[in-house]
Formats: sequence, C-alpha cells, structure tokens
Amino acid sequence: MAQLTGAEIFVEALKREGVKTIFALPGGVVLKIFDVLHQQKDIEVILTRHEQAAGHMAEGYAKATGKPGVALITSGPGMTNVVTALADAYMDSVPMVCFSGQVPTALIGNDAFQEADNIGLSRPCTKYNFLVKDVNDLAQTIKEAFYIASTGRPGPVLVDIPKDISMEKAEFKYPDSVSIRGYNPTYEGSKWKIKQAADAIMKARRPVIYIGGGVQLSGASAEVRELAEMTQIPVNQTLMALGAFPGQHPLSLGMLGMHGTYVANMAIHYSDLVVAIGARFDDRVTGKVSEFCPSAKIIHIDIDPTSIRKNIHVDVPIVGDCKCVLQELNNVLRATVNGDQKELRKPWWDQLTEWKTAHPLSYRQEPDQLIKPQYLIDRIYQLTKDRDPVVSTDVGQHQMWAAQYFHLTKPNTWLTSGGLGTMGFGFPAALGAQAAYRDRLVLCIAGDGSVQMNTQELATAVIEKLPVKVFIINNRFHGMVRQWQDLFYEGRYACSYLDQSPDFVKLAEAYGAAGLRVQKVSEVDDGIREAMAIDKPVFIDVPVYQFENCYPMIPAGGCNHEMILEDPPELQKRQGATGKAESKDTILTA
Amino acid sequence: MEHIISVTLENKSGALSRVAGLFSGRGFNIESLSVAPTLDPSVSMMTVVTNGDERIIEQILKQLNKIIDVIKVVDLNESDAVSRESALIKVHARSEDRAEALRIADIFRANVIDSSPTSYTIEVTGDVQKIHAIIQLLQPLGIKEIVRTGRIAIAREPVRTVATQSRPLAKAN
Ligand SMILES: Cc1cc2nc3c(=O)[nH]c(=O)nc-3n(C[C@H](O)[C@H](O)[C@H](O)COP(=O)(O)OP(=O)(O)OC[C@H]3O[C@@H](n4cnc5c(N)ncnc54)[C@H](O)[C@@H]3O)c2cc1C
Ligand SMILES: Cc1ncc(C[n+]2csc(CCOP(=O)(O)OP(=O)(O)O)c2C)c(N)n1
Ligand SMILES: [Mg+2]
Repeated sequence: MAQLTGAEIFVEALKREGVKTIFALPGGVVLKIFDVLHQQKDIEVILTRHEQAAGHMAEGYAKATGKPGVALITSGPGMTNVVTALADAYMDSVPMVCFSGQVPTALIGNDAFQEADNIGLSRPCTKYNFLVKDVNDLAQTIKEAFYIASTGRPGPVLVDIPKDISMEKAEFKYPDSVSIRGYNPTYEGSKWKIKQAADAIMKARRPVIYIGGGVQLSGASAEVRELAEMTQIPVNQTLMALGAFPGQHPLSLGMLGMHGTYVANMAIHYSDLVVAIGARFDDRVTGKVSEFCPSAKIIHIDIDPTSIRKNIHVDVPIVGDCKCVLQELNNVLRATVNGDQKELRKPWWDQLTEWKTAHPLSYRQEPDQLIKPQYLIDRIYQLTKDRDPVVSTDVGQHQMWAAQYFHLTKPNTWLTSGGLGTMGFGFPAALGAQAAYRDRLVLCIAGDGSVQMNTQELATAVIEKLPVKVFIINNRFHGMVRQWQDLFYEGRYACSYLDQSPDFVKLAEAYGAAGLRVQKVSEVDDGIREAMAIDKPVFIDVPVYQFENCYPMIPAGGCNHEMILEDPPELQKRQGATGKAESKDTILTA
Repeated sequence: MEHIISVTLENKSGALSRVAGLFSGRGFNIESLSVAPTLDPSVSMMTVVTNGDERIIEQILKQLNKIIDVIKVVDLNESDAVSRESALIKVHARSEDRAEALRIADIFRANVIDSSPTSYTIEVTGDVQKIHAIIQLLQPLGIKEIVRTGRIAIAREPVRTVATQSRPLAKAN
C-alpha cells in the first residue's frame, strides 16, 4: 500500500470526514500541511487574519450547519490565540476540531522556538485533546477527534501535530468506526423515568417547558413543538435555544432569565412543573438558586449527567438525547392525553396572558430623536425575516436586544456566545456561517466595543467574498458595562465610555468592503434595504441613543419574579440632572 | 463527609493531569490521591480521598465519569471497603532513644528498614488512625522526615458502579 506523509494523511482524513472548509493561519511547524492543502481542490482553506477569528469562524460554521467546524493553526502564539475560541466552544458545546502545529517531537519540552504546551493550555477548555507522537496513529486520532467532537454533548477537540509527524510517512488506513472504552454517551432515556415524566406532565396545572441549546444540538425542534402543541404547555427559551422553537409561536413566551421577558420569568417562577430540555440551569437563568421555582417539580432531560443536579435539585432526571427522549415521551403522552388540552390549560393561559399584556417588551422611539437600538433591531427583523437569515451577535446590550426582538423561527440560525460571553465573536462567527452557506443572508448584530476585537477579519471577508451584513449598534459605550454602572455604581463610568472609535464606514472601505451610516429614524428602513442590496461585506454604522438600558433585568443573584422593568427613579433623577445629555461626541454631531 | 473513590483510567500520559485538573479547576477537595498501573498495563487504578456534601460528591463522581480517559468510577463509601496507607518515618535515634524507637515500632508492627548512628527509618502500614498514632508517639523522639503514600482502598465484594454511561448506542439522526 502506498505510503503517505503525515500531511497527506491529514488531508485524506479530513476528506473522509466530509470536511469542505477549514479556517487557518500558517506558521513554521505546519507548513508541510499547508503545502499539501495548497495542492488540492476538495477542501477550501480560508485564511484568517487572527487565530481567534479562525476559531470563531469554525464555531459559526458548526452552529449554522450542525457539523464540526475545523481550524488549523500554528504552534506557540497561534495556539495561545485560539484558546479564547476553544473556551467559547467548550462553554457553548460547539462541535469543533482544532489542529495545532507543534515543534518536532525531539524538541518538545526544550523551550524550542514557538513552543507552547498546547495540551496543557487546551486541557481545561476542550472536551478532549491529543498529542500525536507517531505518524501511524494520525489517521485513527483524527477519526476519534471528529467522533468525540460531534457525539454526546458536543465540544471542541484539539489535535496537536508535531512538525516531524507531518513529514514522516505511513500507510493510510482510515478506520470505519471508533470505540473508546471510557466514552459511551447515552442517547436513549430510561423508559421508566420517561413514564414518570409523562405522569408529572399530566398532573401539572401550571407547567412550563424550558428549552436550551441542547435542542439545537440534538435537532429536536420538531419533537419540542409536538410536545408543546399536544399538551398546550408554554415554551421558554434560553439565549442558546433561540430559533429552536419559533419565536412567534403562540405557545412561545420568549427568552427567560436575566434579560428575559416578564411573562417567561413569572411563568417559571410560579410554575408547578418545569420540563427542562437540553438546558443547564445557568445562573443567568436561575437567578438566586435557593428561590428558583419554589413550588415546581423539575424534569430534566440532558445528555450530560453532570448538567443534571449541578445547580438545582431535579425530581425526574432523564439522561439522554433530547430527540430520542422526546420521541418516546411524545409516544407515551399521545396515548394518555385526553380531553381538550386548551380547555384544561385555560386558567394557566389566562394568567400567562395577563402577565404578557401587563409588561410586554417595549421601547419608545420618537421619530425626530436619536435611533433607539431596539427600534433598529426590530426594523432589521421586520425587513429581513422573509429571507430566513442567519443572525450572529457580539456580547453586550445589543446581544440582549437582538435576543428579545429578532424572532427566529428555525434552529441553527442563531449564533451567539452565551457561556463565555466573548466580545468579538459575532463578526467572525457570521463569516464562518457565510462560508458554509454562500447564498444565504447572514447578519451580524455587533456592538461598537465588541466589533473592534476582530475588525481585521474585514480582509478575510473581502478576499473570500463573504458578504455578511454587520450592523454596528454604536452607542459609544461598553453599554452593558455602563448599564451596570448606572444601576449599581452610582453612574460612575469607569472605562465604559468609548470616545475614540474609528470611523467604521471608512474602516470598511479601507479594506475594500462597503460602509454605510444611518443616522435618522427616517433613514433606517432605506439604510437596511440598501445594505441588503450590496453584494459585498457591509459595515452599517448606526449611532444610537447612548443611555438606553436593557429591560427587564433581574439583578445578578436576584429572584426571577423580581425584575427591574425600567430605569429606577434615582437613575432617572440622576440622568435628568445631567440632562441625560449625550456625551461629548464627535460621530453623532456629523 | 469523607469519601474514598476508586477510579480506573487509561494508563497514558495526560490522564492523571485530567483528573487533577478537574479537582483544581472545579474547586473540589483532594485529601490524597494515589495511582499505579494494574495487572493490565494499559490501565491504572487511582484512589482519591475527597470530601464534600452529597451534592458535591455526586458532581465529583459524574465529572470523573465524564473524563474520556476514565473507564470506571466507584464510590467506595457505598459499600464495604478496606483502606490502607503507608508511611516512611525517619526518626532521631540517639543512643538513649534507640530502644524506645524500636519498642514503638514493634507495638505498631512497623519495620525498621534503615538505620544510621543517629536515626532509624520506620515503615508502617495501616489505617489512618494507626498512622496518626505512631506519628504521635514518635514525635517526642524528633521526626526528621516523613513520607506518606496517601490512602489506597479496595472493595470487599463486587460493588455497583456509579457509571451513568451505559453501553454504546448509535446516534440517531
Ligand atoms: C451578556 C449576557 C447576558 C445573558 N443573559 C441571559 C439571559 O437573560 N437568559 C439566558 O437564557 N441566557 C443568558 N445568557 C447566556 C447564559 O450565560 C448561558 O449561556 C445560557 O443560559 C445557557 O443556555 P442553556 O441552558 O441552553 O445551555 P447550553 O450552554 O446551550 O448547554 C446545552 C445543554 O444541553 C445539553 N445537551 C447538549 N446536547 C444535547 C443533546 N443532544 N441532548 C440532550 N442534551 C444535550 C448539554 O449537556 C448542556 O447541558 C447571557 C449571556 C451573556 C453573555
Ligand atoms: C472579551 C471580553 N472582554 C470583556 C467583556 C466584559 N463585557 C461584557 S459586555 C461589555 C461591553 C460590550 O460593549 P459593546 O460591544 O459596545 O456592546 P453594548 O453593550 O454597548 O451593546 C464588556 C466590556 C467581555 N464580555 N468579553
Ligand atoms: Mg456599545
């Protein structure tokens, strides 16, 4: 059988895994691999301008397609740069395989040029990692890496390849299947527990379904919908579950948690049964743990046993895949449900409707005043929803408003950094999704602070012809930080004012992308339409009202039914005193 | 409450640091940890002594199970188990103290495994109380150095594994 070099084995293995696109940045120890990649056509190599962005692109690709994203980077600084993306993918359970170059085997541990302990650096932020010490193990290792990344609770896997391994030769044999004795994720849930869950659902009078990112990862949207419609139980979504249940569905209460809707938080707080599906009771959702859902029984379906009873006591734990478990649960329920569920749930829905109408999400947009961020996002949503866009966000207030006002209807259309909350995620993640779906509309709702953490990728966007539309919600602030300072630090704006941002229009143009600026309420719709019509990457800079705060808000460690719904009186007074004036601001007066 | 957990894991580089990293990264307590290969050279056996309330112990067991290099996890508190620890104690033994040192060693059925004109090195094995007791008695003579193995433990009869991972199943999609 023909002998291949490690680099050739790498490329062949990726082809066998069906990899179409990788995000990469070269360096000395991976040159052999790049050389082989350069001489083939099956795998597209997208050169990024920073390894962190390569990692986020791989994440965006993975979140949009459900398949593992792939990044290839060099040793030392290449590795340290990608750590943020690995940590992000680990927190949000994103399937991803990252290949890092390493110094030659004989030099490992010698403080060789550009050596870093890639295994040590990535251990706490990957699902698993491998150092390949023998070229004969390379194919098997790559097979295992993809298997681990994409099965069970997905996550990032790192494969560290020393330079000599990429040059040495071995026979290429790609394994058909993998078996790892310490790794056997459970997909089917216990029938007995599922029966218990069905009983609890039938008995409950004020039940809620609480879905999380696991529903996206498992592809269980249809099953969740069937469950909800069959039983007429309302559905709350975490930030990570947006799109996995249609945001405008009559049974949807929207997002719950710190910046969730009033009705979603009231519903879970006063419920008597919580059906948690692929969600991990994050502290942004539970608030004060000791007072979370005081009168509810909790059913928890999760593929990762560690997610169950980590923060919250669970009455009916079901370890398994959302899709498998829900199929079984729906079967059981279908045979049991009788009578008109709408009628049965009427008292609960009357209460929910009352909460819904008491405090719907709201904002005030005066036609002749500065653009409100919520209005802008609302308009982007209204004008693009028919095109079924993929939407990414950065991290901050704009992220929360996007979560509140962009009602996605399909899974795998929402790319956001939830667990790590990584500023700078949005733009590269959008590029990764666009690389996967060249013909789809891909939007990024960015913050003026966050976007500056990865603007160098404008070069990648232009050269690779990835026409993402980046709306910069420009409040000249680290707005989320400013909001906390206004609410909890008496309005002392320590390092939250961003008074020297670049002219984003010129910045985009400097890279050969398009730049637009929308300043008036009356220009918003036309601005959005104009951006959509441009067949290039576009930065749309939108100066917005600076002091808008994101509500509802449950203060950290607060209780879910105790939401702040508007600027508290002392804040209104304080801002009234300074005239709530815009800061000295050059961009705005233009 | 103190728990002794027995962990079967792959005998390969990195496996130990995954376990150690789990404990430090999540703020779990390690009282002692000992590890060595088994009859099957591809597998190591580790004994971890830790403590925490029921919820923490449940997390520790699940998190250990989640490590891919970990093959099996058993909470030995769930069953009848025996545990032992060894210590090597180098104690001052000037001429007037030598007899006393030997007498103490004898009481604890400990062995003197090395001696010099001014010291004895005593090897002792037993449960934690026994180790503590001999240390206490030797202390007046002056302990120069002490090295302990950490506890190792074994179940008295076959026990239920806490493995939440069952047999492999193909992913349906
Ligand atoms: C500024 C900011 C504000 C935020 N505010 C909020 C907020 O108001 N509300 C909110 O909800 N979040 C908020 N977040 C996000 C929050 O930090 C968490 O990331 C989020 O709540 C976690 O979502 P999740 O529970 O869906 O879990 P994920 O992180 O999506 O985890 C998925 C869970 O599903 C399981 N799983 C994976 N695959 C499967 C499968 N196939 N079958 C079954 N289970 C599976 C996993 O084991 C895991 O337990 C905010 C983040 C930021 C940055
Ligand atoms: C890499 C990183 N550093 C710091 C933070 C802390 N942080 C959270 S939100 C935020 C401000 C974000 O500002 P911007 O992108 O302008 O969004 P806005 O809140 O103004 O909409 C900061 C600094 C973070 N989440 N990520
Ligand atoms: Mg901002």
